[in-house]
Amino acid sequence: MEKTVRETIKEIVRTHLVEEKSMCFGQCLTAVGWVGGTLPELYEEDGMIEVPTSDVANGGFVVGAGLKGIRPIYVVRYQGFQWYNAPIIINYACKSKEMWGIPCPIFIRSIAMEGAIGPVAGSSHHSLYQRMPGSKIISPMTPNEYQYAYDEFMKDDDVYYISEHRRSYDNNKEMQNVIKENADFTLFPISVTRFDAEKARLILEEQGYRINIIHQLWIKPFEFKDEWKKALNDSKYGGMVLDDDYEEGVASSIAHTMMISANKKVHTMGLDHRTAGFHPDVDNLPPTPDAIVNRVKSIINGK
Amino acid sequence: MGRNYKRSRGNSLKDLRLEIFKKASLCRNFENALYGKVQEKIIKFPVYMSAGQEFIASTVAVKMQDLGVNPDIFIQHRGHSTYLAFNGDISQLIDEMLGRKTGCSFGMGGSASIQSKENKIYGHDGLMGNQVPIGVGACFASKIPTIVFVGDSAAEEDYSLSSIGWASTKKLPILFIVEDNNLSILTEKKVRRNWEMHDVANGMRVKSFNISDDPMVIYKHLDNSFDEPILLNINTVRKYWHAGAGTDGENFDRYEEEMKFFGTEGKEIDKYNKNLVLEAWKKQLGKQ
Repeated sequence: MEKTVRETIKEIVRTHLVEEKSMCFGQCLTAVGWVGGTLPELYEEDGMIEVPTSDVANGGFVVGAGLKGIRPIYVVRYQGFQWYNAPIIINYACKSKEMWGIPCPIFIRSIAMEGAIGPVAGSSHHSLYQRMPGSKIISPMTPNEYQYAYDEFMKDDDVYYISEHRRSYDNNKEMQNVIKENADFTLFPISVTRFDAEKARLILEEQGYRINIIHQLWIKPFEFKDEWKKALNDSKYGGMVLDDDYEEGVASSIAHTMMISANKKVHTMGLDHRTAGFHPDVDNLPPTPDAIVNRVKSIINGK
Repeated sequence: MGRNYKRSRGNSLKDLRLEIFKKASLCRNFENALYGKVQEKIIKFPVYMSAGQEFIASTVAVKMQDLGVNPDIFIQHRGHSTYLAFNGDISQLIDEMLGRKTGCSFGMGGSASIQSKENKIYGHDGLMGNQVPIGVGACFASKIPTIVFVGDSAAEEDYSLSSIGWASTKKLPILFIVEDNNLSILTEKKVRRNWEMHDVANGMRVKSFNISDDPMVIYKHLDNSFDEPILLNINTVRKYWHAGAGTDGENFDRYEEEMKFFGTEGKEIDKYNKNLVLEAWKKQLGKQ
């Protein structure tokens, strides 16, 4: 049986602590569940470091460890908590190499989820890091992608923001781009929207539309590959970037970058611009397959 | 260059006090010269001068020499004296003030974000007080003796306080030096809070002391550094404004007092350092 994303992460963390002799910082790491089963059962003497409920300071502790060259992993169990955890990482670790010639590599496991968790904890918040210099952002949703993200980090000396999503943890399949001749539309999904964008693509295909899907792994630096640009330019009605964050961030930024060099419009779809409540009636979730289908058809039909 | 830990002075208390004064004299004269350069508009960005507070870093530096310890140092934004007391290169500091690539922070750091790699002084990024958690994290990861310098205002940051708590929990070999000049820009401590840092640290089970910036008092309180976390809240008097060229008025001046104590020798040391600093400025300004 193929390895899941969960098992891949767990093995990476184990290797990082046991073989690389590094540290993994975070709150409640050793609690029941071990962060969704993504951590090996290791303790402080092994490098699994429980930090207090001092989110801002904790970010600073990890920066200090990063400055000492141990390449720490930092687990932030809800991406919404980055509003507290990010300040010292963004302002010190991300700038240290440029400012003082001292790299501060940190592997930030920033975990997203949705559904009944209210106005702070839910969804992805990678746009927070995207607008500031000095970080790299990658959102792996498959086992091979996660391994690739870690391997890249170990070759590099930058801060890596790994935009994870709990819905990917059971996934054991790789995801392929689909690029067709004479396509009607191209989807560029990010993070967890990749799963539902793929479902939406299949629905639209059944309805007679020709739909490309180009999965977005790297958020920053974003490289608009020639093949993707051609696919967009060849798409009759342009394309759309989908995200698990608010549209006014990564999605809009990437769409802008695409449109600067392409000759087609690129739309965006992400969270509604409103606060998420806890009850299903007032929650704020990433685009569903039906919502994506409806939006694409609306664009194609000029409505 | 690196720090020199060889003790060269005699064994008397006066010899010790003189060695500290020499360092403080270099710091004071650097700040006085810089003050002049700001007034002359040679320096055109905010500077954060440590004149008046120079005996703190100078005493800690001499004590580290005497203990034979080569600590990691996490500096604050008002850190010229820390940089110089721990043997930071004066030419690189001047170049930093001039925004040159040859500066100690490659011209990026200005006055507030200076560093010295060879002397293990980590730069500060301007987010007040974040050197406290960063220093604690570095100390936790390395277990190397670590000193964190922080002002009385930056020490109030919530993340500073929680970091002291974690250092206590983990029993780290760390020394927190709070340079308490009683002012946040111009807002006095009593307006900002009704508690004292040493009380809070004591509550967190960190051995803490509230002392003056008398070098002999500071020196004595550093005897057991790094056996466990220690916090010294050191009351001092800032001479120049929070930023830029202006003075905080006619306040007690430790430097003048110490110079008087050493009489003619004190004046000669002051004169020597004044010339040293002015020559250094002249040399660096003469470079293209």
